[in-house]
Amino acid sequence: MTTDLPSGMSSDLPADLPAAPEYAEPVVDWHRLDVRMLIVRPLNELIGLVPLLVGLLVIGGGETWRILTSLGVIVAIVLFGLLRWITTRYRITTEQVEMHTGLFVRKRLAVPRDRIRTVDLTAKLGHRLFGLSAIRVGTGQRDQPGEDGLTLDAVSSAEAERLRVLLLTIAKAENPAVTEVTAERPSVVLSKWDKSWLRYAPLTLSGLVAAGALFGFVMNFARELDIEVFDPMTQAAHWVAEQPIGLTVALFTGVVLLVATLGSVLVYVVQFWGYQLTREPDDTVRVRRGLLTTRSVSVAEQRLRGVELVEPLLLRAGRGAHAKTVTTGLGRKGESNLLLPPAPVTEAHRVSAAVLRQDESPTRTPLRRHPPAALRRRMVRAVVPLLVLAAVLAWFAPSWTWQVVLALVPFSAALGWDRYRSLGHALTDRYLLARAGSAVRETVALQRTGIIGWRISRSFFQRRAGLVTISATTAAGNGAYHVIDVAEADGLAFADEAVPDLLRPFLER
Amino acid sequence: MDGVSSDVLRLRAPRHQVSRKSITLWTLHALIGWTVLLVPQLVVLIFASSPWQLTAAIATLVLGTAHTLVMPRWRYRVHRWEATPDAVYTLAGWLNQEWRIAPVSRIQTVDTKRGPLQQLLGLSTVTVTTASAAGPVHIEGLDHADAVRLADELTTTTQATPGDAT
Repeated sequence: MTTDLPSGMSSDLPADLPAAPEYAEPVVDWHRLDVRMLIVRPLNELIGLVPLLVGLLVIGGGETWRILTSLGVIVAIVLFGLLRWITTRYRITTEQVEMHTGLFVRKRLAVPRDRIRTVDLTAKLGHRLFGLSAIRVGTGQRDQPGEDGLTLDAVSSAEAERLRVLLLTIAKAENPAVTEVTAERPSVVLSKWDKSWLRYAPLTLSGLVAAGALFGFVMNFARELDIEVFDPMTQAAHWVAEQPIGLTVALFTGVVLLVATLGSVLVYVVQFWGYQLTREPDDTVRVRRGLLTTRSVSVAEQRLRGVELVEPLLLRAGRGAHAKTVTTGLGRKGESNLLLPPAPVTEAHRVSAAVLRQDESPTRTPLRRHPPAALRRRMVRAVVPLLVLAAVLAWFAPSWTWQVVLALVPFSAALGWDRYRSLGHALTDRYLLARAGSAVRETVALQRTGIIGWRISRSFFQRRAGLVTISATTAAGNGAYHVIDVAEADGLAFADEAVPDLLRPFLER
Repeated sequence: MDGVSSDVLRLRAPRHQVSRKSITLWTLHALIGWTVLLVPQLVVLIFASSPWQLTAAIATLVLGTAHTLVMPRWRYRVHRWEATPDAVYTLAGWLNQEWRIAPVSRIQTVDTKRGPLQQLLGLSTVTVTTASAAGPVHIEGLDHADAVRLADELTTTTQATPGDAT
């Protein structure tokens, strides 16, 4: 996973870093992970292997080799956990968080504490039974992909909470102006779980995905256990096929809808149960959620570069949205940048405003439309590929295929129209706003001071239409946020205004 | 360049052109790419020729020749770069073009890189990275001496700037 961070990383810091205020540093010696991990890790991994073990033991009718294999697997897992526990140590010095791990491949990880952006506590079911929590420290270093931060899996929940506060406090000490005020303010709840939000669950389609996955898992499991499920299912299929076509379609749609609805509600509850968004006294924004696996993600507030509102088509139709943070140190694989689960769009605006400490959410700012040439490009992209496909099919395939493709054209055109209507950009005194997308409409509010460069691209066709795509690059979130197909002069003026003096020397009239 | 009226805001071209030897480099790149595509087709053609394959091979040959002749010269007219005390500014591409601007205060690393062909021609690529996952600025096809000088200059100015560039 991670190897040594180059030693240069800490030494190239400015020498005038605030001479670390005299913290009562409670942790300087090496610590081990919590001893209860000896049980929890094998437990967590065994849960995943249950089907296999059951298959080997129960179904095998007690053949010796099957029992031996199962035992071997269990022993290996337990031994592995033991080895990991013995070889893993961590300590937190004034400058950095260090972790040593591995027996055959020794890894030494060090994360400079002033680079810590986020702290993520995750407790799986097994962890929770024993009051443990895994703690992940995110740094947002982009120059070595995949080598970003470190994970202590796991320490006791109390220790995790203590580390969370400790690690984020020093992260904040970079900005000496706020250090003194941190004392005794209660944490403020910005938003919390609301049962009525469950109505947005079916609009997320997560149910269909979950049902599909579950179906696959059950089939796999059944095959493992040699249970005959195909016969009854084929019979059922035959019975359904014998009914009139209208009934079949109705039945099928009904079942799919029912399963999708139930599934999505279940997924929503499992993921977001107990959701709570708070601002902690140490100026971090903290999201807690989860029914079985609980998750708590804390983001140092001055690392927050903005908010992104996401409205998938269905959710948008139901006037719902979910929100993500734009933060350095979060937003890549395995890291949660969730700010608000699918909820009313008004709530999303309110939460954005609260998190960004604005009276009115920047995401509500009226956006400027893009020129008609952008609409033309959306339409061409929506319609032309289908027409080409239809033409090719008319040449090679049976005639109903091109007719079907042709029938899709109006829908595609409608999507294209919606994509155009989604396009928009604006500036507020602190934020750059950009919106795009139809199937998934995303509105980003990016701090203007968080923009660390521009990319302005113009394809051959954009050039003929007098359009450009302006991308603001940033250390946070996706790395770049795009204002798509804006008129060249308008776009440049917009970028110039957003970050004064950066683009100016390169502009001409 | 487009004949747009002069009161419309637009980006001016960066000051410096890349080395003329870049044309040779891009030509070689294109040649290698098209050869890789063409040779298997020719081999197939020798052993089992059909009108379809002949058409495909001829099409590849024509496209390849056109691309190899046009692209490097077009690119050479487009590719430009500039480094001011405040920012690095580049323009690259041919059919699709892209301007990139990275403020010096946000630069994290400056590297020079030379592939085998570039070494042969005495060229270098300077890569300037910022904290953004999407933002590296490449200046392709500089004379090696120029590249080293530019990288040194940028490294010096970058080190003089405090902060962690995020």
